[in-house]
Amino acid sequence: MTRVHDMGGRFGDGPVVSEPQGMVPFAKGWHRDALALTLAAGALGQWSIDRSRHVRECLSPGDYTRFSYYEIWLAALAGLLVEKGLVSREELATGKAEPGAPHPRIFRPEAVGPSLARGTPYTRDSKVAPVFSLGDRVRTRLPARNLLVAGGHTRLPSYAAGHVGTVILSHGAHVFPDSNAHGLGESPEPLYTVAFDAGDLWGAAERAGDEVTLDLWQSYLERA
Amino acid sequence: MPHDDHDHPHSLLPSEPALRVKALESVLVAKGLVDPAAMAAILETYETRVGPHLGARVVARAWADLNFRALLFENANAAMAELGITGRQGEHVVAVENTPGTHNMVVCTLCSCYPWPLLGIPPAWYKSDAYRARAVREPRKVLAEFGVTLPEAQKVRVWDSTAEVRYLVVPMRPEGTDGMDEAALAALVTRDSMIGTGLPLAP
Repeated sequence: MTRVHDMGGRFGDGPVVSEPQGMVPFAKGWHRDALALTLAAGALGQWSIDRSRHVRECLSPGDYTRFSYYEIWLAALAGLLVEKGLVSREELATGKAEPGAPHPRIFRPEAVGPSLARGTPYTRDSKVAPVFSLGDRVRTRLPARNLLVAGGHTRLPSYAAGHVGTVILSHGAHVFPDSNAHGLGESPEPLYTVAFDAGDLWGAAERAGDEVTLDLWQSYLERA
Repeated sequence: MPHDDHDHPHSLLPSEPALRVKALESVLVAKGLVDPAAMAAILETYETRVGPHLGARVVARAWADLNFRALLFENANAAMAELGITGRQGEHVVAVENTPGTHNMVVCTLCSCYPWPLLGIPPAWYKSDAYRARAVREPRKVLAEFGVTLPEAQKVRVWDSTAEVRYLVVPMRPEGTDGMDEAALAALVTRDSMIGTGLPLAP
């Protein structure tokens, strides 16, 4: 079953409000701190991007909906820190902590530039051979769900579950989020971009021939 | 394990968001988990150096230089590296080309994946529920809210970034730009035109 973050295609959200071009200024001072704190803590290397996404997605639907974007980040950061034993519930509740020696992997200012510029590649060597080629017709899993962990993380949106599309790009093997988010290993497998006809996905397209593409791991797919 | 802990740690923090950040920050700094100078360096990066002017340089170069253009569509990261553009949330970039037959538009329905090294921090609308929910089902209505109406002959292809691949839309070079140099061309390339919710400026 779906979680609250899986909102592609949902009705009722109202207009999209555009913003001026150029660099995006932080709307509020605390947004700056929330972003910097999240990235600095992430650089400790204690959790993967997949785990952090899963923790955000596991916020209650009520919280996820009423929280602004950076509040979701902060809530997940608190969850990750407690989950990893880096911060206790009492410390969160009191805002006070016993001073500690710097963590061996604390993000130092001189490391910030090189680290942000380097990034973290997600491609891996894999024992899983690609079975699909460009142009192949494939069907996505139905329902969209994590097969390893009930209620676990997955990157197959529910709106695209059980649909047939065409493989248009092949990206090599990437870390598999359904496994990696749960500490079950990176389990890399081939990743493809699959194009779906909008009319198939939605019953009726805004214009015949419009398409939606998704990036999907091989195990989400079967030959159609 | 899924993380369905109904006693969510965030509920222990102050309810006012600004106080929540401060409380968390003071604990992390006291415990030696975060260095405030690193936070300042992160912000300095995304407030002064990394933004859509970088993506605009890539697009302008692709408009002006056929060899670069070919490389960009073959191996976008190699092309970006020629301009010194690399980094977090842009490790695996694919450039997609707008043509008279196809208009491309990028969304992340599941979170808010975005090509940071090319475009900087995403605008609030890109992260909004409205955009995430609607861009895949009614992209043309969303485009209309951005003031963009596409010709009927142009198909819309919406790219839902569900993995770590990040998409850069390369808009069509505007008419009347023959002979313009790359810097002048780059000034026409808006952030939204590289997401696909806008078109480049007219010269």
